[in-house]
Amino acid sequence: MTETSKEPIVQIRGLGKSFGDLRVLDGIDLDIHRGTVVSIIGPSGSGKTTLLRCINLLETYDEGSLKVDGVEVGYQDSGNGARRPRGDRELAGIRADIGMVFQMFNLFPHLTAAENVMLGLRKVRRKSRDEARAIAEDWLAVVGLTDKLDSLPLQLSGGQQQRVGIARAVAMDPKLLLLDEITSALDPELVGEVLAVVRKLADEGMTMIVVTHEMAFAREISDAVLFIDGGRIQVAGPPREVLVDPTHERLKGFLSRLNPEHNWENAQ
Amino acid sequence: MELALNSLPFLWDGLMTTLQVSFLVVVLALAAGVVLGVGVTYGTAVVYWPIRLYSDFMRGIPILVLMFFVYYGFPVIGLNLDSFWAAVVAMAAFKTAHVIEIVRGAVQSIAIGQTDAGKAIGLTFVQRLVYVIFPQAARRFLPPWINAVTEAVKGTSLISLIGVVDLMLAVQKVIGRTYEPMPLYIMGAIIYFLINYNLSSLSRMLERRFSYIRE
Repeated sequence: MTETSKEPIVQIRGLGKSFGDLRVLDGIDLDIHRGTVVSIIGPSGSGKTTLLRCINLLETYDEGSLKVDGVEVGYQDSGNGARRPRGDRELAGIRADIGMVFQMFNLFPHLTAAENVMLGLRKVRRKSRDEARAIAEDWLAVVGLTDKLDSLPLQLSGGQQQRVGIARAVAMDPKLLLLDEITSALDPELVGEVLAVVRKLADEGMTMIVVTHEMAFAREISDAVLFIDGGRIQVAGPPREVLVDPTHERLKGFLSRLNPEHNWENAQ
Repeated sequence: MELALNSLPFLWDGLMTTLQVSFLVVVLALAAGVVLGVGVTYGTAVVYWPIRLYSDFMRGIPILVLMFFVYYGFPVIGLNLDSFWAAVVAMAAFKTAHVIEIVRGAVQSIAIGQTDAGKAIGLTFVQRLVYVIFPQAARRFLPPWINAVTEAVKGTSLISLIGVVDLMLAVQKVIGRTYEPMPLYIMGAIIYFLINYNLSSLSRMLERRFSYIRE
């Protein structure tokens, strides 16, 4: 992966969002650099998934600025300070460059594994059928599903479905990949095969933002870990600092609730 | 029985008219109903409310009232439709309201995650509908829609009341000359039944074709 710019791929300033009286996001500031992996952890309802979904505007935001590759995602600046929501086509163009993998896989059930990967290549990237098929086959090989190209999602296990989900996202050659609790809906024995694929992507320099409950995994692949609670980034730093040697009280509480037996003080 | 068979040539034109009206009504209502159904599902208040009102109003009045209104009422505002087109317009407007609700139900049954996934790979709104939502919604759409189509075919028998010579009126004309109501009404009923039975069979076939979705 070539480093085209020193400018952070994601720049977030003062991001805020409310559902009625509830402040879901409250003044988020965040820079994410190209080729890095950032994990977001926090209790459920903390706003971590909402933050992730704001980055490709699956959720809108009320305040602040969120730029991906220098482009404000949610709004078109009309120059005089007024903000106008982006149109359908503009938004589709921005989203095409931001991959996302979902907790519930969200594969298209009427399409085979290969067709799931091909849809965006054909209709968004405008590739020919053969070209799209070749790319789909390559990526499904990377995730170890060469023998499942023509299987429908309901014929696949959860782990296999999620690997198709990853292939579908990375086949678009995104600048950035968003992973939203991608192992939470999997049986424990299937988690490993999915994480192995993510590890491979990290090694190849894919920029990723990972919302996860897999602390050991976050520690292993992340360049930085953010702890979010109450819609705010409470702690941010290298994984060792955040996960191994936490000083923040709420973070300590969160980590010990996740894994009561684990002694975080002495973990290496 | 022989009388009923001998009457068939006289019923032929009426049957053709019934099929023409049915076809036009079904096609027009499908086209308008899909567009308005999508509007009522995804539209903002400005789009939603007019469609909502239209659909509720249409479904709340008898088709016969609507047909008389179009045939006898439209000329008052300078719109003179002959009885055939008045029948088509009235029935299509009526059927559209049903198609709107069927489309809305079918589209809303598709999990929101499908829309998310379509957005995430950069599909536009129309692309998401065409490649992601409609193929999945088809299975929910078809059974009630075919049902609505058979209702429409049966409903066309009412157009005889504004003087369109459809199958129903053709049957009555033959009865008027032969004074033999029973064989002819039975004949008419059998023809209507055959049309609708074939439609239902088609529906079952299509449902099997779209059975890839786990329930």
